[in-house]
Amino acid sequence: MKLDPKIPSGPLAEKWTNHRNEIQLLSPNNKRKHKVIVVGTGLAGASAAASLSELGYNVEVFSILDSPRRAHSIAAQGGINAAKNYQNDGDSVWRLFYDTIKGGDYRSREANVYRLAENSNYIIDQAVAQGVPFGREYGGLLDNRSFGGAQVSRTFYSRGQTGQQLLLGAYQAMMKEVHSGRVKMYNRHEMLDLVLVDGKARGIITRDLVKGTINRYEADAVILCTGGYGNVFYLSTNAKNSNATAAWRCHKRGAAFANPCFVQIHPTCIPVSGDYQSKLTLMSESLRNDGRVWVPRNKDEKRPPNEIPEEDRYYYLEERYPSFGNLVPRDVASRSAKLVCDDGLGVGDTGLAVYLDFRDAIKRDSKEVIQAKYGNLFDMYQNITDENPYEVPMRIFPAVHYTMGGLWVDYNLMSNIPGLFVAGEANFSDHGANRLGASALMQGLSDGYFIVPYTVGDYIAGEDLPKVTTEHKAFGEAVESSTKIMDKLLAINGSKTVIEFHRELGKIMWDKVGISRSKEGLESAIDEIRALRDEFWQNVRVPGEANYYNKYLEFAYRVADYFELAELMAIDALDRGESCGCHLRDEYQTEEGEALRNDKEYAFVSAYEYLGLNGKLETQLHKEKLDFEFVELKQRSYK
Amino acid sequence: MSLMTINLKVWRQKNAESPGKFEDYKLDGVSEHMSFLEMLDVLNEDLIKEGKDPVEFDYDCREGICGSCNMVINGRAHGPKHKTAACQLHMRTYNDGDTIVIEPPRAAAFPIVKDLVVDRTAFDRIIEAGGYISVKTGAAPEANLIPVPQDISNEAFDYATCIGCGGCVAACPNSSAALFTGAKVAHLNSLPQGQPERDKRTIAMVNQMEKEGFGDCSNYAECEAVCPVGISISAIAEMRRDYVKAIF
Repeated sequence: MKLDPKIPSGPLAEKWTNHRNEIQLLSPNNKRKHKVIVVGTGLAGASAAASLSELGYNVEVFSILDSPRRAHSIAAQGGINAAKNYQNDGDSVWRLFYDTIKGGDYRSREANVYRLAENSNYIIDQAVAQGVPFGREYGGLLDNRSFGGAQVSRTFYSRGQTGQQLLLGAYQAMMKEVHSGRVKMYNRHEMLDLVLVDGKARGIITRDLVKGTINRYEADAVILCTGGYGNVFYLSTNAKNSNATAAWRCHKRGAAFANPCFVQIHPTCIPVSGDYQSKLTLMSESLRNDGRVWVPRNKDEKRPPNEIPEEDRYYYLEERYPSFGNLVPRDVASRSAKLVCDDGLGVGDTGLAVYLDFRDAIKRDSKEVIQAKYGNLFDMYQNITDENPYEVPMRIFPAVHYTMGGLWVDYNLMSNIPGLFVAGEANFSDHGANRLGASALMQGLSDGYFIVPYTVGDYIAGEDLPKVTTEHKAFGEAVESSTKIMDKLLAINGSKTVIEFHRELGKIMWDKVGISRSKEGLESAIDEIRALRDEFWQNVRVPGEANYYNKYLEFAYRVADYFELAELMAIDALDRGESCGCHLRDEYQTEEGEALRNDKEYAFVSAYEYLGLNGKLETQLHKEKLDFEFVELKQRSYK
Repeated sequence: MSLMTINLKVWRQKNAESPGKFEDYKLDGVSEHMSFLEMLDVLNEDLIKEGKDPVEFDYDCREGICGSCNMVINGRAHGPKHKTAACQLHMRTYNDGDTIVIEPPRAAAFPIVKDLVVDRTAFDRIIEAGGYISVKTGAAPEANLIPVPQDISNEAFDYATCIGCGGCVAACPNSSAALFTGAKVAHLNSLPQGQPERDKRTIAMVNQMEKEGFGDCSNYAECEAVCPVGISISAIAEMRRDYVKAIF
């Protein structure tokens, strides 16, 4: 396997412009002759599908949900970054680039991140023109808020529903193209396999989730926009149907999987309340603009929070990181919360929570002002916990939220399989070892609106793509292998449910491949994952049959794939003998407990090649060296 | 923490062609902190262990934003709590020994897929008919060249928060989709960006709504009462006004 990132030469600020000037174009009457498959309809998928169709390609789009509008991008709350500098606070494309690459702890490519920052401004223009109702000032112009990891206000927002509004913008743009006849939409279809012909991605296999039939679709290129794999952990902020099956099966067909151990644990989520818990709910990071994070100074504190006087409160982020305070990046905030809880200072019934307190902000700005900013989030909190956050501090705890790792792609967002493009959270491209807040929406839309439409055209124009039909034997073989997995799962008829297995897998991952990791813990995690996976294939009980709507069968094959991906995540975490971003190895910390990078040995993207599964995952690590020409690598400091 | 016993009457239906019926289940050990859907998860775990088919219901985000869940609980779409989607309903709303009846949202335009799962693609087709502003990728002007007064922007946002769950249709005696359609029409028609296509959009979306087999609006306002995000029925008035203006 050869991994060429294909980064254009030249000055950083000119790479993308020059590349676009050089890539090959297809004339409108030729575009019409080509078909592109888009899998997933979140920000990346919907925007890519709309844009490709506008260019004239025939596009087939697949969503696992009953409507493309429900993709999990919809749940993003806080905002989207852009370097507009509307606040005149010194922002620029360079600063957004720099904050993002620093926030990612220098484990992403300079050229990709710079392009992301360049595209950010066009995204805002596009969204406004589509009618996305961003927050505005009295004069009618766009407003901004602050987010973690930055000292400028560059985040555009639609109250606490920015993801919803941006997704609906992209969805509507795509539905406009469905109306034009060039986009064909398939709802409730799940991609089960990638079909390769002559080594190129030429189609997919899907399961119609309503009828249970297995279907074949051919194309000239496939764009995977299927999101991240946070649900490996069972409990996460991901939606229940978000899954890694499409990406993992592409990996098994030869696509390299990059940085699988880079998982973001979001600092502000509602803590776990019981065993029945099915998911975790995020409270937007924007709350840290006005909320102060603290725990009691004394372990045996028994007083309710409002009766604890100032001197007995430990505002640990403000004390430890005076220049960023409560707005440190997510990885730092999550790790700090874990450390104070490890020290026995955690609050609530479980001791696994810290306070996020709005008392001082309400005193300063009034309840009405806070309500106007965060009303829907406060309501959501109260609804779930039955506590009033205007009166008592919120209790929060970190939860798995986003995966920076994903399928390896080059600068054109193409994987090492020709014709397989990967966009949005599904790729590993832009966030390094940690993603800054309000950057996921930016990346999904940058990939979908402004990168893939160009680079897919370049690929199609430059490739010899003889016509294939779904009668090709590669389709038959893929159908057979997908069917076999389902038949096998249905035949086991064991005694434990899919959810029970998934919960157990999640616990191993959270305890040993979560916020902090150690050699010993990771080695034991790998053994435990293998043992549990063996048990799963002996003893899982999957109800019903494959030929009708059967949600637990879907869960079963998704969990089967998590069992393999989980092992790869642990292998990668074990191999990376440094701490960086969200990946904290206990063995590699500064004396003050900060992540200690090792740029000499680990300034690379880890990209894994799948070799097989035989009781254990057989895999080959390839290293893409990261060169830093334009920024100086520094120990990240938010103090 | 108090644990409850809950009696459930759940609509079971194999597919759109087969007849359906209510099945009774008794569930012990229900925690007040469970969400309503987590309670159904627990029921399903029990059913699977007993070798029975679990109850199918739609869900995804479980945060009240994706609009997947839309079941009718004791005769009310999304259950008893005002402005709360079924996934955000918690069992603390109920008491030990309560009986809860759970049905799919019933409407001719929403055929049943299985149990509580229905096909809502009619909503996508209404959006497809005109629920957008036709701007191609790359053709947008600089964002601040289009100032939008804050109150207009806020109003557009309120309409734009519709989650497309179909609770409004389930609640309406006429199975009307006027609140859903009106919310999108009002969102886009109120913004300066939406003016060029205003008439065309309104007519196309209203016509598609009728074509899908949704009933007309008779101002019952049941839709507004059950809407989990609180879309105002004034959306329907906006749509009607714009429709009348557009056709004359």
